[in-house]
Amino acid sequence: MTRRGFLGFTAAAAFVGMSGCAAGGSGSTAGPPKPGGRLRAVFPGGGADEVLDPHATNLYAEVARAKALFDKLADYGSDMSPQPRLAERWESSPDLRTWRVPLREATFHDGRPVRAADVLASYARILRPDSTRRAKASLSVIDLQGSRAIDDRTVEFRLKRPYAEFPNALATLGAYIVPEGAENFERPVGSGPFRFTSFEPGRSFLVARNPNYWEGAPLLDELEILVSNDEAARVNALLGDQADYAHDLTATTARSHEAAGQINIHRLPLSNFHSLAMKVDRPPFDRLEVRQAFFHLVDREELVRSVLQGSGEVANDLFGKNYQYYDAELPQRRQDLAKAKELLRRADAENLRVELLTSEASPGLREAALAFADQAKLAGVTIDVTLGNKDTYWSDIGEQGSIVSYRSGAMPIESHLSQRLLSSSTTNNTKWQRPEFDALYQQAQSTSDENARAGLYREMQRTLFEEGGFLWWGVSDWIVASANRVGGIDDGAPANTLDWARFDKVWLG
Amino acid sequence: MSIPGYIARRVLLGFVQVFLVMVVVFFLTEALPGDAAVTIAGDDPDPAVIALLREQLGLNAPVWERLGGWMLAASQGDFGRSLVGPRSVLDIIGSSVGPTLLLAALTLALIVPVSLGLGVLAANREGRLTDRLITSTTLGLYSVPEFAMGILLVTVFAVQLGWLPPTAVGGGGLLSRPAVLVLPVLVLLLRPICSLSRLVRAGMIDALRSGYVRQARRAGLAPLRVQFAHALPNAVVPAMQQLARTTDWLIGGVIVVEAIFVVPGLGTTLIDAVSARDLPVVQGLSLVLAVVTVLVNLVADIVARILAPAAEDDR
Repeated sequence: MTRRGFLGFTAAAAFVGMSGCAAGGSGSTAGPPKPGGRLRAVFPGGGADEVLDPHATNLYAEVARAKALFDKLADYGSDMSPQPRLAERWESSPDLRTWRVPLREATFHDGRPVRAADVLASYARILRPDSTRRAKASLSVIDLQGSRAIDDRTVEFRLKRPYAEFPNALATLGAYIVPEGAENFERPVGSGPFRFTSFEPGRSFLVARNPNYWEGAPLLDELEILVSNDEAARVNALLGDQADYAHDLTATTARSHEAAGQINIHRLPLSNFHSLAMKVDRPPFDRLEVRQAFFHLVDREELVRSVLQGSGEVANDLFGKNYQYYDAELPQRRQDLAKAKELLRRADAENLRVELLTSEASPGLREAALAFADQAKLAGVTIDVTLGNKDTYWSDIGEQGSIVSYRSGAMPIESHLSQRLLSSSTTNNTKWQRPEFDALYQQAQSTSDENARAGLYREMQRTLFEEGGFLWWGVSDWIVASANRVGGIDDGAPANTLDWARFDKVWLG
Repeated sequence: MSIPGYIARRVLLGFVQVFLVMVVVFFLTEALPGDAAVTIAGDDPDPAVIALLREQLGLNAPVWERLGGWMLAASQGDFGRSLVGPRSVLDIIGSSVGPTLLLAALTLALIVPVSLGLGVLAANREGRLTDRLITSTTLGLYSVPEFAMGILLVTVFAVQLGWLPPTAVGGGGLLSRPAVLVLPVLVLLLRPICSLSRLVRAGMIDALRSGYVRQARRAGLAPLRVQFAHALPNAVVPAMQQLARTTDWLIGGVIVVEAIFVVPGLGTTLIDAVSARDLPVVQGLSLVLAVVTVLVNLVADIVARILAPAAEDDR
């Protein structure tokens, strides 16, 4: 009952794109956009310990709240490309180490303008030595001493190394802009589409329309974010007219309510990637042939059907299907037992027996492990599935296990590479450590030409496709539901992107 | 033994019980895999961040040092601060104790008259249709666990019929929207009413057959007076002690009911604190629950002894 919905892994999070708001989902009766009303959205939350410090966001509910009150310089579009928000645009020096970012004309809720000094102070707060903020890793590329405010509305960032994808850091999870000197967030002041009204931790968060929002005032008069960690209770609240929007539902629930037409089900695509992570530094996966055999063992269609209950699609052993820079030209891999057996024979690993570590830290992890164990039997591989502790799983798999269940929320492909696949990555769960791969990544970050950079990303993805330790077998939808009278929910935005949980574009019919 | 002596002995025992609970809870939470640093880091477990968190949270100190420090502070009324958020444990308990107390108080206030009434009624109609109806219904309802009962009631009365709100989701006090309390209190009531009314019925039947009731009747006392002044006090002794057990159970039942109906009380807070490995909050809550349990049982035993001193001396 207390499944905390973590945002994807690290940096990732939200973004824009695809604006135009595909009005509502299926049978929405919301009608054309119209102003007024209070929308009540119910999310899983963090209980009595919840705070409104936007730099401390970890859970979906926290991001939804922060997003209502604050802005970032950039946010992720539906293809995970960074979209300017408070930043009007960005331009870099030829060496990609100095970035000039002009700011939009925007004001905080108390009337003060958003200035370059506020941006630098916000980042300095995240980067403090004693800070354990999630955005710290992504922003630490900034050389704060060398960065400066050119004038009130222009920031110049100096970076510690060339970083072509610097706008990803501006869009990173939790990199919100707060007024300079803000430390107390009991009555938060931001520049976002809604103004703070009241907050009861673990219960209710109420905000009101900000008529002066730089992107235009929201349609809703008020937004209330409610908390319930029990999925059945979230659906019941929606059915019982205690809420208008329910976040994070299972495919089973979605199916049973979809046909009834009482509520609208929204399946946000490309939201959650599912994988098996093989550690390439230990037996049996230190043998390339064994990894490749496993790539050919998996029946991805069946896993999508059974584990994701059809609410998603197959992936091709690579992270970031259909995101910016994704290599879509590689042929889709399918189950090929003959090839798998042949590879195992070559590795002298017939009748292989492996322990697969999984847990219930996130829905589907355990089910996928069990289904895969069944599939592997067909090639004579015995998989012993062991269940780890769900509250500490993500930390345990850092060192434990030779193959483990894995999943990831949406993030740019660049973030996925830098956070998980470089020798210096802090959460490198496949132990993929190759100097030549690191060099390719650094080369990409020093390349200002976007096409050339795309080519380097393609090269890295091809290496991972052939030799890597991640077996990304599917990508699932993120399921939310709304009352029929709610309009303006973007059905194309993956969870954690700009247009996800974007209540300033939503209306009540 | 004199009653004051008995009370003194029981109070002392209560202190020992609370002390033991504190130690056991501390080591149980200690034995859980992972700590607050790991759960705060969540799905982004950068080892450097976890190490920094451990240092900031004081999790690196030896077990004995932390246990001793906590017990010393707790005995002075300082429960420490949450590891996960910036609030103090007392503040967190204070803000979530209201809904739990409200649920428990409402339930207790209704349990006593309803189960006494049902029990006395059934005893007076022993063997007749009313008795059989009450007996079979209470037996049937008693066998349904709270969570199943809760889901059933929500499905029928909230989602399908739409008569009552399905959850207590939302801001503001529960008292400002009393409709949300109906189903949770009903779920909490059903089982204890069943067990208590059956105990009252059994005690009442015994009492009505006893010599002193026959004597009172022969003396020509009014039937109601015989029932309520002579039979009932002896009949309720076992029910009284059961009521104390029920109060312990209520605390547990409230946790389940709070989860089903999204009531932000002690139960919800405890579940959240355990899954976040928020040790000070888990310990503080356990201490409060232990003290409540010990106190309730103390009062029940003392009342039982005053009502029927002989029963206690027989032990």
